[in-house]
Amino acid sequence: MRETEHISVAIVGSGGAGALTAGNFLLEAASRVGWHGLLTRTVGPQIRGGEAAALLRLASRPVECLADRLDLLVGIDWLNVDHFGPEIEVGPQSLVVTDPASGGLPAFVSRAGARSAEIPIKDIAKSVPDGRPNMVALGVAAGVLGLSEEDLSAAIEKRLAEKGDNAIEASKAALKAGIIAAAQLDLGLRLPTPKTRETQRWLVSGNEMTGLGAIRGGVRFAAAYPITPASEILEWLAPSLAKLGGVLFQAEDELAAINMAIGASFGGTPALTATSGPGLSLMTETIGLATATEIPVVIVDVMRAGPSTGIPTKSEQADLNIAVYGLHGDAPHLVLAPQSISDCLFTTQWAAYLAEVLQSPAVVLSDQFIGQAVAAIDRPADVAFIGRRVTAVPQTGVYKRYAVAGGGVSPMAIPGMPGGQYTADGLTHNERGTPTSNENDHRVQLDKRRSKLEQFSYGDHWATLEGDGEVAVITWGSLTGAAREAVNQLRAGGFAVRLIAPRLLLPAQPERLRAALAGVNRVLIVEQTHGGQYYRYLRAHYDLPVEVRLLNRPGPLPIRPSEIARAVMEWRL
Amino acid sequence: MSTAETRPICKPGDYKSDIKPIWCPGCGDYHVLLSFTRAFAQLSLRPEHTVVVSGIGCSSRIPAYLSCYGFHGVHGRSLALATGLKVSRPDLTVVVASGDGDGYSIGGNHFIQACRRNIDMTYVVMDNRVYGMTKGQPSPTTEPDFDTALSPGGTGLSPFHPLVIALASGANFVARAFSGEPNETANTLVEAIRHPGFSFVEVLSPCVTFRPDEREWKNLVHAAPVAATSDPAKAARRIMTDDGFNIGILYRGERRPYQSKAAAKAIDIAELEKDFAL
Amino acid sequence: MSKASSIPPIFSVADLLAIAYRIELDAVERYGVLADQMETHNNPELTKVFRDLSKAESIHAAEIREMAGDCDLNGRASALHSIWRKGESPEEVDLGAAHYLMTPWHALQLCLAGEKRALAFFTSIAETAKDGKVKEMAAELVEEEAEHVNLVYRLLRKYPEPTDSWWQDGDPPTAQD
Repeated sequence: MRETEHISVAIVGSGGAGALTAGNFLLEAASRVGWHGLLTRTVGPQIRGGEAAALLRLASRPVECLADRLDLLVGIDWLNVDHFGPEIEVGPQSLVVTDPASGGLPAFVSRAGARSAEIPIKDIAKSVPDGRPNMVALGVAAGVLGLSEEDLSAAIEKRLAEKGDNAIEASKAALKAGIIAAAQLDLGLRLPTPKTRETQRWLVSGNEMTGLGAIRGGVRFAAAYPITPASEILEWLAPSLAKLGGVLFQAEDELAAINMAIGASFGGTPALTATSGPGLSLMTETIGLATATEIPVVIVDVMRAGPSTGIPTKSEQADLNIAVYGLHGDAPHLVLAPQSISDCLFTTQWAAYLAEVLQSPAVVLSDQFIGQAVAAIDRPADVAFIGRRVTAVPQTGVYKRYAVAGGGVSPMAIPGMPGGQYTADGLTHNERGTPTSNENDHRVQLDKRRSKLEQFSYGDHWATLEGDGEVAVITWGSLTGAAREAVNQLRAGGFAVRLIAPRLLLPAQPERLRAALAGVNRVLIVEQTHGGQYYRYLRAHYDLPVEVRLLNRPGPLPIRPSEIARAVMEWRL
Repeated sequence: MSTAETRPICKPGDYKSDIKPIWCPGCGDYHVLLSFTRAFAQLSLRPEHTVVVSGIGCSSRIPAYLSCYGFHGVHGRSLALATGLKVSRPDLTVVVASGDGDGYSIGGNHFIQACRRNIDMTYVVMDNRVYGMTKGQPSPTTEPDFDTALSPGGTGLSPFHPLVIALASGANFVARAFSGEPNETANTLVEAIRHPGFSFVEVLSPCVTFRPDEREWKNLVHAAPVAATSDPAKAARRIMTDDGFNIGILYRGERRPYQSKAAAKAIDIAELEKDFAL
Repeated sequence: MSKASSIPPIFSVADLLAIAYRIELDAVERYGVLADQMETHNNPELTKVFRDLSKAESIHAAEIREMAGDCDLNGRASALHSIWRKGESPEEVDLGAAHYLMTPWHALQLCLAGEKRALAFFTSIAETAKDGKVKEMAAELVEEEAEHVNLVYRLLRKYPEPTDSWWQDGDPPTAQD
């Protein structure tokens, strides 16, 4: 039995077998025991009854990406498993548990030369009153990992509480039977004994952290139009905002949603909406309105594979262009990108802060991978900053909403303030807000809106900068975790590589990137797009060394650490 | 003025800003502006607690001409913007101004949803049966045989029935007004603003530049022959069988307006975070 | 406005003067609005005509103020503000009849129509009022309005009726949004 840093497990099943539920239980149990973990899932196109796989990676340190291949694969059944393709990869060292009732092993398992073991999951389930196959499969996986019934019982009791005692008992019995059946299996790997936890552990998805970040950042109004994979942000915010005295309001479409958010913000309530690529496309006109009228608003785009309707359930990073360039006219605004599930909290909170302080829309580019994945993380620190918009109103004279003063941020009157009446206008306006076509007014306001963003001091949060060396890996968003793992691997092998991952994409920070790249003569850009959007963005806004290479691939497959490491190593030669 | 005279808190003139309208002289919207100021004065609204939200088009220019807070937003979305504002600031009086293009074409779906939601606000559409600001294309209320550059010979399409759509969608107050009777219109606006829930007032407001034929409207309008009903089906039937020039309050509903579900007393954020902890 | 104005409840001379005052003030404001419109639309001749009319109406208003003495006309008028609940003010100028190329002749026609309506209005009160003092004051106001009507007719002698092409513009309309 070899000790290892990470173990990757998957449970696969179809037709309502409950593979995803089993995966949830497994992650929760592992977290209670003290391991970190990341759970993602991959599903077929059906709404019910489709093929589903829960993919888990457990470790003694925080997990931010998936491994190259699975160590353990438990198949409740193998129906349509080919649809998953390389998302479920096994190798000669992997152990695949199969139910003889499912027929033979799928071709991809035999091709990979993986070890296999047979456990009659369905029969075992039938032998337990009301036993379900997914609970047996869970028991098998748990047993292989060294988890006990007690480790799992808390999770089962909590999640099945509303289904009643019978369901709980039946699940526990099926689980126990699975654990017993797993006794014969030997994965050959084990994780280190978990250390006692100093910090509280949370089990959260990126979408939930996005919602919490918004709330911590002061957001108390959200306009909602559902879209995969962003809906969970809104679903979490609905009761949460209500409990805080705020409002989540369902809109008839994305056009209404962004307008509602701006209306609420105009009225003084920090506001947010969340969507995905198709929704962001619809919203661009009104985001431009927020830019022109200098109204704070947060727009979260949980990116999915595009273009057009694309692959709603898969991740990609190809909304960068529209987030950065999608507004008509010259419309500087904020674009930020969280780098992990826990960073969704910080980055969204920071986005709300910046939006309020700079009176600007802020687009937060999350993606399906971190949005919908669930991780066991250390409780994030309480970063107590809430952005407050400047709202003083002059005592006498005509109020100039868009007065040009130092820094470019002008005090914003809120309806209810006497003497502060003004009409916010998308038409080009003068300092007072009155529409104008005058060349000087136009220039003055364009300068104001640009300089307020460019002159602001964003601090060290603007990017993740780690390591040293002449080679740098530049990436962003959810790929940061995979890049970090690759860079750590290379460093452990004696090869120094820097990791650079901006969290603030707009306004660009050329001076700061120049400093970060001092001494770097080769840059590997890593992104999950087909067209190299990030590469072109970097080229457009930053000076890069002469030697630049691009490692890019569109969704649905995540880019793995080993691919990044290999790309760096190949270049070295 | 002698100091012995008492002044009302706000006269209609107090609601006008110093910005001069760009509307063509003869435009019905000048009268509508007058009606707004008279209505606001009658209601003694505080300008700083009143917000006029609009979209794009000639009628949508109105917020800048008033001394209240205003929002001149993007085409067709004024109701959505006003919804976000009113739901988060129920203390404000929110009036939404639009035209037949902004309100019934690009804004059509938001119109229907706003009627359904029955949030307490007043929607005033200045209907001139043409896209005035963009030089004279047909709008959803234009007659089918009206000749224009984009639709030579007319669209051949039946005009939209905004008042009936509003009723079918759940609006709580429906009225038709005529800009040429600013006092009557002001009175209608007062009632609309007072009436709880979503109030919709269609103001026939002639476009002197692109629809000079609409000067005839002042001879065609007449008071609605019967008082408003609280039966939406009855109101709909009356409207669908009228000549399009019945002026007056046509429907006063009794639907309960939208109620926020926000907690009166906020909990601590830490309470929410407990759900994440193992 | 083609509709006749309804008669509000007038119980005293003070009421009558308050209404007359309000009528004049409305006219001051309306001509002011038209003057602003003409100014914004680059018609200086008509700007002056409407400013002059506005000033004339404010002189009429001042005269009524004189007649009213210590009476709180504004307060009274406000209390009677519901008087215009039905129908429009008689001297209310029809803004719908304005045109950016209108000539002084047109403006005076508008003014004439307003003055005639006011005349008809006070005539009707003079005929139907029960109170003797009200009747008397109404008759005085009738004389005042008749003078205004005559004045407008005299002014109209100075301006020819415009030709058929008065409204023609060398340029097409401009879209602004």
